[in-house]
Amino acid sequence: MTLFTEFGRYLLMIKGMFSRPENHKMYWKELMHQCSEIGIGSLGIVVIISFFMGAVSALQTAYQLVSDLIPKSTIAQIVRDTVILEFAPTLVCIVLAGVVGSKIASELGNMRVSEQIDALEIMGINPKAYLILPKILASMITIPLLVVVSMGLGIWGGRLAVVLSNVMSNNEFDKGLLESFLGYNVFFALVKGYTFAFIISSIPAFYGYHVQGGALEIGRSSTKAVVVSCVAVLFADYVLAAVLLNK
Amino acid sequence: MIEVKNIKKGFNDKVVIDDVSAKLEAGKCNLIIGTSGSGKTVLMKCMVGLFEPDSGQVLYQGEDFTHMHRDAKKDIRKQIGMLFQGSALFDSKTVEQNVMFPLDMFTTSSYAEKLKRVNEVLDRVNLKDSNKKFPAELSGGMKKRVGIARAIVLNPKYLFCDEPNSGLDPLTSLVIDKLIKEITLEYNITTIVNTHDMNSVMEIGDHIIYMYKGLKEWEGSNKEIIFSKNEKLNEFIFASEFLKDAKDMRMLEQAGKIDNDRNMDELLK
Ligand SMILES: Nc1ncnc2c1ncn2[C@@H]1O[C@H](COP(=O)(O)OP(=O)(O)OP(=O)(O)O)[C@@H](O)[C@H]1O
Ligand SMILES: [Mg+2]
Repeated sequence: MTLFTEFGRYLLMIKGMFSRPENHKMYWKELMHQCSEIGIGSLGIVVIISFFMGAVSALQTAYQLVSDLIPKSTIAQIVRDTVILEFAPTLVCIVLAGVVGSKIASELGNMRVSEQIDALEIMGINPKAYLILPKILASMITIPLLVVVSMGLGIWGGRLAVVLSNVMSNNEFDKGLLESFLGYNVFFALVKGYTFAFIISSIPAFYGYHVQGGALEIGRSSTKAVVVSCVAVLFADYVLAAVLLNK
Repeated sequence: MIEVKNIKKGFNDKVVIDDVSAKLEAGKCNLIIGTSGSGKTVLMKCMVGLFEPDSGQVLYQGEDFTHMHRDAKKDIRKQIGMLFQGSALFDSKTVEQNVMFPLDMFTTSSYAEKLKRVNEVLDRVNLKDSNKKFPAELSGGMKKRVGIARAIVLNPKYLFCDEPNSGLDPLTSLVIDKLIKEITLEYNITTIVNTHDMNSVMEIGDHIIYMYKGLKEWEGSNKEIIFSKNEKLNEFIFASEFLKDAKDMRMLEQAGKIDNDRNMDELLK
């Protein structure tokens, strides 16, 4: 029952975001600000995890492929596909659910508790439109870009790792990369990226915006926001795979 | 003018505002006084629509605000300035940006013009040289004053102040009281002030509503308040011995028994 009421309130929040901006310039400024906060702010962590997940997946694939019948270049193919299909969009978004999600939830929670949201409302500004919409839009602009960056870095990390540990040469790896490459996979990854970007910005915004109480509740709601977003990302991941990869 | 009609508001079965009606006129300082927890803040939030009253109406210039369409509400809100009890400054913005925010949102003036207006209002609340500070770097009283500056920067038609003086020293309090009175008269604003500061009550209380446990217990002006026979009100205003003495003196003076300032020496002989 509470799940349904919460979902209903979530939908109402989404609906409430759409109203005529009081001042386009200010909304644009806020959007740009959020893009830099969310995009640039989480670039560092994305770079680090992408590189290492690529490297690790390459080494583990090499370790598992012991047969001489399978050419070495297959390793590159496997790394490429796992990074593009799963690691770059899903793993990165799970991490971003923590980074971006807790930031959004605690920022809005703090604004709610200290009546800053009420202050906006009294000024005649729609706080949902001014505070939440730019955060969601900024996430949907920057997170798919981060996913693309992560794909590149992940594959590069894998290449570096196998070459450094003398599994294969650069040329062999590059040859494998181009073998039976499917553009559709990148499209699929981007669909995931957009979906997850929406999830990990709107769910924390919902929990932050509706905080009641004090500092303690801000912490609680941001934890809850991260947990719920992660579960939602994994669930959406499954649904998308079932729908879009169904041959 | 704002009219409140039979407002009721409760939280989880606990009645906080019980059938309160009042007329708050323009060009007057309307004070809502009462002990801590008597429902002043809740009443004010019902008036501006932050709380939906369980029943009753709030009328702005005769128009029903409570059941108004979202856009029409927005238009009225653009004419409202409000100071929150906790100041509610945007902590990611500096003092200057906080005060400038309503100007940024609702005017098309140039930056120089906006800055001029910001400095003007900051000057009026006795706050210079803090433009570049963040709210976290301010004292409670300074935050209050920035909050007031932000509330009046657009020259509102309705001004709501939730405890403008709490946390201020008596001198600054007086400055703020005078400012509120001045702009109320100057721009014919409908001003509503929540307070439990008796100095403000005597200084600016053109119209006073005394709240007691969610009920409107007494209503009158600062001229009448000290002579009121209402026991609950007297308990509130003459809480200290000092004030009781002051009241007795005033009573004696009123009755012609003493002539303040002049006959004191004789009386004390
Ligand atoms: N959001 C809320 N949820 C539940 N109860 C509330 C809420 N806000 C206020 N109350 C209750 O309403 C009553 C009146 O509170 P209110 O804040 O209006 O008091 P006040 O007169 O402004 O006091 P103070 O002078 O201390 O600011 C209190 O008993 C408080 O517990
Ligand atoms: Mg209060």
